[in-house]
Parts: sequence; C-alpha cells; structure tokens
Amino acid sequence: MIYFIRNYVTFLLRCARIAFIGDWRYYAWMGALTIICLLGLNAYAKQLVHGLITTGMSDEVSWGVYIANFTFLVGVAAAAVMMVIPVYIYGNEELHDLVIFGELLAVAAIIMCLAFVTVDLGRPDRFWHLIPGIGQMNFPQSMLSWDVLVLNGYLLLNIHICGYLLYCRYQNKKTTKWFYIPFVFLAIAWAVSIHTVTAFLYVGLGGRPFWNASIVGPRFLASAFTAGPAIIIIALQVIRNFTTYRIKDKALLTLRSIVQVSMIINVFLLACEVFKEFYSGTAHSASAKYLFFGLHGHYALVPWIWTAITFNLIAMVILSLPLSRGLRWLDVACVLSIIGIWIEKGMGLVIPGFIPTPLGAVVDYRPSFNETLVCLGIWAFGFLCYTVFLRMSVPILQGRLSKNNEGQIDSEMYKLDKASIINSNFP
Amino acid sequence: MSRRSFLRGCAAFGGVSALAASLAPLRELGDYTNTEQFLQKYYKELTPSDMTKVITRIEGEVERQYGIRPHVRDLKPMDGVEFVYALNLTRCIGCRKCVHACVKENNQSRSPEIQYIRVLKMPHGSMDVEKGNHNYDSKQVPEKGFFYMPIQCQQCKNPPCVKVCPVNATWQEKDGITVIDYDWCIGCRYCEAACPYWARRFNFTKPQIPKDKINPDMSYLGNRPRKQGVMEKCHFCIQRTRVGKYPACLEACPVGARKFGNILDPNSEVSYILREKRVFIQLKEEMGTSPRFFYYFDK
Repeated sequence: MIYFIRNYVTFLLRCARIAFIGDWRYYAWMGALTIICLLGLNAYAKQLVHGLITTGMSDEVSWGVYIANFTFLVGVAAAAVMMVIPVYIYGNEELHDLVIFGELLAVAAIIMCLAFVTVDLGRPDRFWHLIPGIGQMNFPQSMLSWDVLVLNGYLLLNIHICGYLLYCRYQNKKTTKWFYIPFVFLAIAWAVSIHTVTAFLYVGLGGRPFWNASIVGPRFLASAFTAGPAIIIIALQVIRNFTTYRIKDKALLTLRSIVQVSMIINVFLLACEVFKEFYSGTAHSASAKYLFFGLHGHYALVPWIWTAITFNLIAMVILSLPLSRGLRWLDVACVLSIIGIWIEKGMGLVIPGFIPTPLGAVVDYRPSFNETLVCLGIWAFGFLCYTVFLRMSVPILQGRLSKNNEGQIDSEMYKLDKASIINSNFP
Repeated sequence: MSRRSFLRGCAAFGGVSALAASLAPLRELGDYTNTEQFLQKYYKELTPSDMTKVITRIEGEVERQYGIRPHVRDLKPMDGVEFVYALNLTRCIGCRKCVHACVKENNQSRSPEIQYIRVLKMPHGSMDVEKGNHNYDSKQVPEKGFFYMPIQCQQCKNPPCVKVCPVNATWQEKDGITVIDYDWCIGCRYCEAACPYWARRFNFTKPQIPKDKINPDMSYLGNRPRKQGVMEKCHFCIQRTRVGKYPACLEACPVGARKFGNILDPNSEVSYILREKRVFIQLKEEMGTSPRFFYYFDK
C-alpha cells in the first residue's frame, strides 16, 4: 500500500515537474496565457467588488457571454466522446491513443464551463448552498441542479479514465479492462446527457418562446458534434507540429467524416428552425426576427448571425467536397465551423432568447470590456490546462516519461525531448 | 547560487507579485459577507432562536449602514388566507403613483433604480404586451386612444421561477405569496429568465438608498434592504398584508383601480369581483402559470 502511494505520488510529482519544462516557444506560450489569466482574474476581482454591473447584462438581458461560452463549451466537452465511440464500439485502432487527447480536452472544457458558471453568479460565496447534504439542492425540479450533477460527474469520469490509462502506461502495465471500460461506456451516455440537460435548461422555460422548442436539444447535439471534433482536429494538428508524437492522417480523416455529417445535420436543423419561425409568422417569432433581421430599429445581433451562417455554409461545402481530404483545407473548414458554431450557440441562442423581454421591451446587449477580459481569462486558463495536460501525456504515451527512467533527471529528459524535436523537424 | 536557480527565484517572485497585484481590487470588498452571514442556515431550517439571532444581525447591519434602528419581523402566513389581487383596467390612468409608493415602502434601490411595477401604455384594443410602451413620458395622463396596464409579480399558482431555482431560495407560501430568502439566493438569475411576466429584479450592484428614505418597518422575507448579487421582486407587501393592511400600491392608487384581499373569504372585495364581473383576465393564461393577479373591466 505504502509502495503504491509512493509510486503514485512520484508519478504526480514528475508530471507536475514536466509541466514547467520546455523550449522557449513553450515558455512564451505559457507566459502569454498566464498574463491573460491574471488580467482576467483582475477583472473578476473588480466584478466581485462592484457586482455584475461591471458586465453588459441587465434585468432585460440577464444572461450574457458567460452563459453563452458555457453553453458552447459543454458541447465541446460532450463531443470528446465522438472519438471514443469509433474506438470502443467500432474497434477503430487508428484513434486508440488519441482518445486520451479527446478526453483531456473534455476535462479542460468542463473546467472552463465550471469557471464560466461561477463568474456568472451574483453570490459565488454561497456556492455551498448547491451542495447536496449541506445545502439545498432543488433536485429533480431545477434543470440547473441536474446540470451541476452531470457536469461534475462527467469531469470525474473523464479524469478517472485519462488518469488511469496514463498511469498504466507510465508503469508499463497492462490495463485492467473492467476498471475503465465500463466507465468509458458510461461516459458516452453521460456526454449526451450533459448536452441534453444543458439544452433543457433553456427548453424548459415556457415564457421564452425562442428557447421553448423541442428542436433546441437536437440542434445542441448536432452543433456540438461538429465543433467538438473540429477542435480536436486542430489540437491534433498542433500536437503533430509541435511534438514528436506521430499521428496518422487516417485518424484525422476519420474525425473529418464525423464533422462532415454533423455539420450537414446542423445546417439542416437550422433550416427547419428558420422555416418554423418565419413561415407561420406568429408573434412568437419576435426573437428570431430580432436575431436575423433586427426588430424595431435594433440590429445588434444581425451581423453576428449572418457571419455564423456564412461560416457554417462555407465549412459545410468544403467538408462535403473531396477537397477537405487535404489537411490544409480541413483545417480551414474546422476553424470556420468552430467560429460559426461559437457565434450560433452564444450570440445566436442565449442572447435573442431574452429579446424582446416577456413584456415586449427591446433592449440590446453588448458585453462590457471587463466582462470580455473575464472571458478571455477563462479561455486562457482552459488553454493553459490543456497545454499542461498534453505536456504530461505526450511523453507518457511515447514511453519517454515512465517508471523505468524514474532515476533520470527530468531536465535531461527534456534535452532528449528537444533533440528529438530537432530530429523530427530536420530528418 | 547558480544562474538557473536565481532565474527560477525571480520567476517565482514575479509570479506571486503579479498574482497579488491582480487580486488587489479585493481590498475594497468591505462588508460583502461575514462568518455569521456566510454560515447562515436556510430559512426553513432556522429555529425560532436562530431567527432571533439572524434578526438581531440584520437590525445591526441596517443600523450601521443607514443610521436607523429598524424593526425587523419574521411574519408567518395567516391560516385560511389566500391573497389575490384584482386590477381594474378601465380605471387605471397610468399615473405610476403605485410604482413610486412601492419603491418607498419596500426599500428598493434608488441608484441603480429598481422598481417592481412596470406600467405599459397600450394602444386601444390590444392586450399584446409587445405593443406596449414602457417609457412613456406624457405631460398628462390618461391619453386618448390608450389604456394603461401595470404589471408586477403575478404570484402564480404554478410559478416557473420556483421550479427552476437550483437552491430552493424562492418558494410559494401558504397564503399564495412567492417569497425569496435574500440570504440564500446565489444570484444565478435562472428565475429571472423563467418568469413570463418579467417580474424579477437583480441587484447588479450594491443598492443605494438615502438614509432618510429608509422604511424601518421591515420583514425578513419582505422589504429589508437587499444585498448586492441577489434577486428581489414584489411580495404583495408582506410586511403590511400579513398584519391586515393593504399593499402600498393599492393605497397610493388615486382612482381605486387596485383591489386586494382574501379569496377564501366569500365576502371579500376580490371574491365579489371574480364572482360578479363578466370578464376578467389572467395575463398570458396560456402559460399555465395560473396567476393570482386578475385584470378586469368596468362596463
């Protein structure tokens, strides 16, 4: 037992250690992210003192970019399993090791989600009121209490799966199947649930006709399964270019077909929604009118949504053509879909739900500077987390950080790392 | 000391000072919270002796902040009482006296302004709130061709706001009033998104009330001053109605458009109105919220 704990602590310490080791590009990247994080933290400290008046939110538009980013990132987290399904259900070996990168992305995304929800709270000091047992959790009535449970559950599941697989690899041990496979399948179901529950958060509100539509749930899933794997493709490209880790083109192309199909479904569902809102022309379409064409002289969201639609359509065309088998074009299509869906989920879904208000007032929303800084800070923190996760997991997967070389000094291992980068860049 | 460890030391020192600098605004937190407040239990779990302590704390805080010793009570609902409001749209002239009486009675923030009642100026012949004007600034009311519709918390029988609250900080009392425990609300504003009547208000910053404008007659679930970051809304003037008085908005109405009373009492004015008037309206009836607030008309 003591041996086990000692072993595990050494593993954690060495992982922590390696997060601080890298070449100048690594330090520059991490330094820049840290600075943005601190700026965000500073902005949040101001918000904590003066209240949410430092944001662009109002009683009319009472949720803004915080919740918009939260919604988008829940999708990213959920989509990580789109890597898992081909591997564990269809036995696609190309993606096997890459699953860990996907699940680590899910962990980083959930951390960002929790941060975005926390900064949105008026009284973050009272967070303990949410904890079952010591607080009061309105379960199962409130969809928000469901969300708290499923998000934290998903975080734990993914930490367990990644942590276990990496630790086994570190020790050069074979994995015990029953210790993680059941959790993998649970995580697949759970991923669908986190996004569906988040959609129900909006769908359940009868007083907001723009959200109170059954298509919101399916649209959430379709857009998540587009943006999530798109982000993973970009992340894998970065790993390929900045580390010695080998990723085959075939793996990226498997992900491409997921993005391709999801994007087509996503655009189709958007078309369904647009038809329903505009053909019948009932009073309930006021929010959609505001979003797409402006209402009573207010046009704040119009440029956003048309940008999103344009990006999504271009991405869909590129993805459908054989052109996107070329990785350059695939990158372009992925970046376009990520931006398009970020706008669609954020500015395009959360904000117009509030406009007009249930009493018909049209009040625009524009995020404030301080609010934007907080958002950037959280994004930077998410990137920081993901970079650290990759910094730890890549050498472990390559076998360069393992129990065998425990005695070796890590900085020497880094030299090895650097040498191999140079070798791989100049063969 | 080697060059490497010196650089490391510098980096660590720089990091810690940057962290401290970014957290510097927190020095102004002031009376954001304290241990007693932080650890306070949920309203429904407070024993009578807990409540006495809480009330003493609140009275002390109000006195420190506004220089006046308030009288805070925890009034319970009366047996056999269910409150109902009825508003006569034929009579309302849109003077907004109710709005201001409410602000005064309920210690609402004057800066930024928080008001529980919104009066819509509606074009003749339509009940569609989207046609209403929120910001009318007429020299004289009423104007020809318009009617006026004051909207406040409808005290629904099926309140969507209560259903969505993740921490049970808002609930419906036996007498039909939906209340908020301001010391339990986490400020997520989900209830504000859920309300089909736009009746809920959030304290986006620390509420400002001039010292001489404080109403010292307070109740825990009612008009005691709120904190930054929590929700509030109309509670049918709980501090008045639970001791047999009328709400402040009713008393301020110069034309008698507002009626309030116990629907369980067949002899009450509201029972008479709902029994005898041929038409009365629950706003957005199709939502299934079943408001306890009725709009009616004279001939």
